[in-house]
Amino acid sequence: MGAEPQGRTLGQTHATGYDDATRERLAADAAAIIARYPEPRSALLPLLHLLQAEDGYVSPRGIAFAAELLGQTTAEVSAVATFYTQYKRHPNGTYTVGVCTTALCAIMGGDAIWEELVEHLGIGNDETTDDGVITLEHVECNAACDYAPVVMVNWEFFDNQTPASAVALTDDLRAGKPVRPTRGADTVVTFKEMSRVLAGFPDGRADEGDTAGPATLVGLKVAHEHGWAAAPYGDEKEAK
Amino acid sequence: MTVTTPRSGAATPLVPAAPPATEPEPTATVTFSIDGIETTVPKGTLVIRAAEQLGIQIPRFCDHPLLAPAGACRQCLVEVWAPRGDQLAKFPKPQASCTLEATPGMVVKTQRTSPEADKAQHGIIEFLLINHPLDCPVCDKGGECPLQNQAMSNGRATSRFVDAKRTYAKPINISTQILLDRERCILCQRCTRFQDEIAGDQFIDLQKRGWQQQIGRFDTGILGIRGELPVGESSMDASGQPFASYFSGNTVQICPVGALTSAAYRFRSRPFDLVSTPSIAEHDSQGSAIRIDHRRGVVLRRLSDNDPAVNAEFVTDKDRFAFPWQAGKDRLTAPQVREDGVLHATSLTEAIDAAAAGLAAALAKGGAAVLPGGRLPLEDAYAYAKFARVALRTNDVDHRARPHSAEEAAFLAHHVAGRTLDVTFADLDVAPAVLFVGLEPEEEGGILFLRLRQGLRRTKGQVFTVAPFASRGVARLDGTLLSAAPGTEAEVLDGIAEGADGPLGAAAAGLAKPGAVVLVGERAATVPGALSAALRLATRTGARLAWVPRRAGERGAVEAGTLPGLLPGGRPVADTAARVDMAAAWGVESLPSEPGRDLTAILQAAADGQIAALVVGGLEVADLPDPELARRALDRAFVVSLEVLPSEVTQRADVVLPVAPPVEKPGTFVTWEGRPRPFPQVLVSTALTDARMLDALADALGTPLGLRSLAQVHDELDQLGGWDGARAEAPDEAAAEPPAVDETQAVLATWHLLLDAGRLQGGEPFLAGTAKRSAARLSAATAAALCVADDEHVTVSTDAGAVTLPVLVTDMPDRVVWVPTNAADCAVRETLRADAGDVVRLARADEASALDEKEVTA
Amino acid sequence: MTTTLTPVLSASWDADHSWSLSSYQRTGGYRGLRKALSMAPADIIAMVKDSGLRGRGGAGFPAGMKWSFLPAPDGGPRYLVINADESEPGTCKDIPLIMANPHSLLEGIAITSFAIGCHHAFIYIRGEVLHATRRLQHAVAEAYDAGLLGTNVLGTGFDLDVTVHAGAGAYICGEETALLDSLEGLRGQPRLKPPFPAVAGLYARPTVVNNVETIASVPGILRGGAAWFAAMGTERSQGHGLFSLSGHVERPGQYEAPLGITLRELLEMAGGVRQGHQLKFWTPGGSSTPIFTAEHLDVPLDYESVGKAGSMLGTRALQIFDETVSVVRAVTRWLEFYKHESCGKCTPCREGTYWLVAVLKRLEAGEGRPGDLEVLADSTDNILGRAFCPLGDAACSPVQSGLQYFREEFEAGMHTPADVLFPPEKSSLFAYTPRSRAQLAGVH
Ligand SMILES: Cc1cc2nc3c(=O)[nH]c(=O)nc-3n(C[C@H](O)[C@H](O)[C@H](O)COP(=O)(O)O)c2cc1C
Ligand code: SF4
Ligand code: FES
Repeated sequence: MGAEPQGRTLGQTHATGYDDATRERLAADAAAIIARYPEPRSALLPLLHLLQAEDGYVSPRGIAFAAELLGQTTAEVSAVATFYTQYKRHPNGTYTVGVCTTALCAIMGGDAIWEELVEHLGIGNDETTDDGVITLEHVECNAACDYAPVVMVNWEFFDNQTPASAVALTDDLRAGKPVRPTRGADTVVTFKEMSRVLAGFPDGRADEGDTAGPATLVGLKVAHEHGWAAAPYGDEKEAK
Repeated sequence: MTVTTPRSGAATPLVPAAPPATEPEPTATVTFSIDGIETTVPKGTLVIRAAEQLGIQIPRFCDHPLLAPAGACRQCLVEVWAPRGDQLAKFPKPQASCTLEATPGMVVKTQRTSPEADKAQHGIIEFLLINHPLDCPVCDKGGECPLQNQAMSNGRATSRFVDAKRTYAKPINISTQILLDRERCILCQRCTRFQDEIAGDQFIDLQKRGWQQQIGRFDTGILGIRGELPVGESSMDASGQPFASYFSGNTVQICPVGALTSAAYRFRSRPFDLVSTPSIAEHDSQGSAIRIDHRRGVVLRRLSDNDPAVNAEFVTDKDRFAFPWQAGKDRLTAPQVREDGVLHATSLTEAIDAAAAGLAAALAKGGAAVLPGGRLPLEDAYAYAKFARVALRTNDVDHRARPHSAEEAAFLAHHVAGRTLDVTFADLDVAPAVLFVGLEPEEEGGILFLRLRQGLRRTKGQVFTVAPFASRGVARLDGTLLSAAPGTEAEVLDGIAEGADGPLGAAAAGLAKPGAVVLVGERAATVPGALSAALRLATRTGARLAWVPRRAGERGAVEAGTLPGLLPGGRPVADTAARVDMAAAWGVESLPSEPGRDLTAILQAAADGQIAALVVGGLEVADLPDPELARRALDRAFVVSLEVLPSEVTQRADVVLPVAPPVEKPGTFVTWEGRPRPFPQVLVSTALTDARMLDALADALGTPLGLRSLAQVHDELDQLGGWDGARAEAPDEAAAEPPAVDETQAVLATWHLLLDAGRLQGGEPFLAGTAKRSAARLSAATAAALCVADDEHVTVSTDAGAVTLPVLVTDMPDRVVWVPTNAADCAVRETLRADAGDVVRLARADEASALDEKEVTA
Repeated sequence: MTTTLTPVLSASWDADHSWSLSSYQRTGGYRGLRKALSMAPADIIAMVKDSGLRGRGGAGFPAGMKWSFLPAPDGGPRYLVINADESEPGTCKDIPLIMANPHSLLEGIAITSFAIGCHHAFIYIRGEVLHATRRLQHAVAEAYDAGLLGTNVLGTGFDLDVTVHAGAGAYICGEETALLDSLEGLRGQPRLKPPFPAVAGLYARPTVVNNVETIASVPGILRGGAAWFAAMGTERSQGHGLFSLSGHVERPGQYEAPLGITLRELLEMAGGVRQGHQLKFWTPGGSSTPIFTAEHLDVPLDYESVGKAGSMLGTRALQIFDETVSVVRAVTRWLEFYKHESCGKCTPCREGTYWLVAVLKRLEAGEGRPGDLEVLADSTDNILGRAFCPLGDAACSPVQSGLQYFREEFEAGMHTPADVLFPPEKSSLFAYTPRSRAQLAGVH
């Protein structure tokens, strides 16, 4: 993780290309992706996730590979790759630590967390710590406003953060200790492992973690407390 | 357009003008009003177009009539009302008139009558200018810039924007020819939409997003993508950059600001200093309408003109940029005569006299022959045809300065000559199926490719090609490959039959549809039996058959009669009546009746001393089927060379007569369709046309041609008309057995790429950089057998020589190797003295493999 | 009369392993599908129309009506695409729904697909929610295994494939036509309309695009009937909806209630505004909807009432800000969001947001220049209704409504920095000492 492809091994047509075995493996995964869609072109986004799972970012060789596979020009592929913020243009750290700084999270304390992490890690936006573990990112609203302020680690939720909790989180990550999202799998997987899931290859961790966080259930709890409910469907008998 | 004003009583001209295109009657119309003016337009008309027709100019940037509506720049906003019930209801928002179809009863108010539209447009201009550098004084577009004009007419006097503008490094090369100044770009996407929709060649696209969005190719440095790009499957141009499109120059022309400029024209001129003349491009048989801009006698740029019947508003980069040859520093200016083995400049009179003397002597010694070359306008070609028959009394004349065959001559006489406008671009627009034989439409007929692509996209027509592999061009036409190793094309054509399996059957079904077309290229001549098989196929399926040569002069030359078996207007030499007819028209007693020799036979005879003199027009020795034979012939015979630039022919000539390039003379090119494309003289010049020179030479020989002026030539052409007698027989040649190859050999496949080492592309290094990088294409199995991978090198050789090129593994028949015919680093005829269908040796290049090992161990 | 909560979608979220098929089926899951498969497709569409279900993705377009816009079948494919891109600032309902009960969505997909004649549905989920993606992938696999998806669904001969497609970070991909381009592997930029997706959507085929919550509400309608659903809510805004409270509120979270509930009622259930503070401003439906103030506490949160009061119901994303918050700071940050997320296609949005941010940042820093407020007003005027898609309009909402209600705070930006007037540490949910910009390394 962290290094861009270098050197040349046998079976490669170019110093930065994939070797035959890798190419074959990628091609098989790519074929599985393409099979999900009526038209191959739709495979591009998952394919770019897949290439991030391989290289830790969307590398030039990945772009050339995708272009060839889908019959596009490299310009067309980079047009897509550079449109979306999740596609990284340089090797990503093992963990993307994203601090939500859109208005609500920022005001609830996201700005403070951001300031703290910038100082603690000594890096800025889209920069990676020297040990290659953490890439720090400003992220936009991540659909968790009821848990503000929110930090995402490899796109797992770390809700209701404080500067201190965020610092502890990054320290644990850098120390190689497993960290547990507030709503997510039991541990945070690596950037490459995550990218593979986003490419549509499940990692079998769906059953890990809680159903929902407290904020998700708060309304339900109030309803229970008051004995409020929607009218019954009236189909219970019918179905039996 | 006609060649000339026909005189009363004249027969049909030799090459009749195309009838004007008829617009189909619209099936339904819509009546609505713009700025209070009621107008009726065909249903589906966009408001912005309807306004144009009324003379109301709505400002716009992203709109382009030949591109799909985008609605991206938002400059063309207008106020719109539409009937609802019996009242008019206002659209809550101003509407983009470039995407809005007129509907009955609609009321449109443009900036002229609506304060709302006017404010909206002012707002957009202000937004566009906040990030636009005000560098108009140093911008190529200054003076002809829609943004500049609209900022003047619709903009604010001063900017309210006081913050930091986005700045980018000044122009970046997106190819050696095309420069991009991102600061000036207003992101209208005309360039990328052109490349996508028209050229199908997205070498540039939008990159990044939002305020950082920019036009660009895949450039890791600019996009900030770390790491090196692998080569191999990604195509690159000669300059080593990702391949730039053959049509890229159009993006410069349609860019509404000065964001895209060409290296060739950058900082060269201001538009108001230029004199523009409409003309016709000289590089291919497409007859593209162009505009030539010159300043004080120097051509500074060429643009595409707008001719819906031919090239619409687009041209190839070759037609746009390859013009410096006409004004090359080495241009021949003075006539020269060889004395004591050395060429000396002399006067025209002396040179003509020397030429006449030499020719007269040769006529006494075995005769003289004429090789006009394939690039001449109709008028000049006609003069060569007449000169051969009247002044030299021979049918030894052949303009085909390329591989040719007797079968081809028969095909041209039978099927092509005299049939002008039989198949046209317009037919291709609606063709349900098109088959290419020996023709790469993108490489050998750029406009043909663009037109087909547009037509096929509309009609969902099919493309088939008989070729060793599906080129990128064919792939962009969604073409189906009918795979044929070189030499087997005739067999494959015969295999296209109803009920055949796979693509052959599909092709048969497609070609049976009304309107289907078979297009054969000039390369079909290199395959014995191919043209015969194409004729059979056309008869069998009912498809129409047309011949698409590469060079601008080929089609006109067939009509002009510069073939050994053909007199002007398709009159067969072998036909007595035709000869009598022509003799009468030319005012001579009779015409030579023995059939003439073709180019190869002429050169052979000259090399053997049987023909004593050659009159040679503009041709390159290296283009000929056997350059060595040509050199021997030129060395031995008395040679009169009519040329624009020094060449191997002028080097060997006894008399050199400098003639005018197209820009310095009027004339007529004839497209592959047989459409006359007259062009005027652009620059003042003292240079003479070939016709005028031949006329003087004939006078000196005592056999006047009467072709002193263009008017005289046109009069004759109009008087002559075409031949209505019997046509020559169709050729019926059998296919040849494909050669056997062993494991050290391969069959050669080759064709010309659009941009290559051609003589007329000289002097334009920026253009040359955008040529495709040369490569040897092999099948995976052939590559594996040689132990080579993409980008490693192979050597293709014959006893005559060898070329070494990087490999491009391609889906194609085994033991076939394709190389470009005439690239800077791969001159097939010159180096290998071989052509398509010949057997060559093929091996892994030693040097390349040595290099490789070093890399691997390093 | 006070409104009470009506948990329908959220009713089972507290069950053990509520995301699993077995858990869902224990509470009657897929009963709606069984019922639907026994009905004529046209009757399902009619039922959904009668229920009054309106799109829950923001615009509130009647769902049944949208489905009925599909042209008559021509033998070619028709598609259902689920919009799970949830990226509107403040909106946080679809992702928890997917985490807790993805099967309610899948059941809705199966019913809707059957109703509109679709055999391949797609779920476009934003790429930045890993665990929700896992749960969705898992649920799809479970449903295939149980014969609820795939060929011959529940033995009825109906075939349906469902593909989960992760986006890659772009708010604009929530806009339905940009979503379709993105799903086709392109840059997510909006398409020209017409043609509308119903006529030429995914792969230029007839396509229905609906929000997660919209489709997840369909099984309930099948089970309870149109009248059951319509009994909730107001006359023209019917049914239940998730109201997401966030910000300076004691108990932020998801409150599922009939449309037409008021913020006052919701706040009461949520324990009120942060202890010791008062409501200053709020968004009724995400950052794209003009802000409200305390004077709007009793506006019924239905499409009509919110519209009449000058905003939009949007996605019922109620972001609550108390008196410690600088409106200029909030608006600036929202505009930075729109600038970051503008797709770049059209001039007013791309250039306008760039300009607005420049002006707002000056004001936030207390360095405003004379004329800045006029520029803000006039520029938004020149963006609003001029942009290619509603994102441009959305970007104007915070600025225009901010100026409308809190003009004096913008005026103060001529001389006083926002963080002087409203120290950020007073707004944060924990105590801290803000650093000055200069102290931060590598901030862009
Ligand atoms: C900029 C923009 C972002 C949007 N984001 C979302 C989104 O994240 N989720 C969503 O369901 N709808 C979103 N929409 C609305 C969709 O375009 C569309 O109206 C909706 O998905 C239709 O579903 P519905 O009718 O079920 O609400 C967005 C619209 C715009 C203009
Ligand atoms: S308003 Fe224009 S630039 Fe903004 S997101 Fe929509 S199309 Fe893109
Ligand atoms: S010309 Fe109409 S939007 Fe650009």
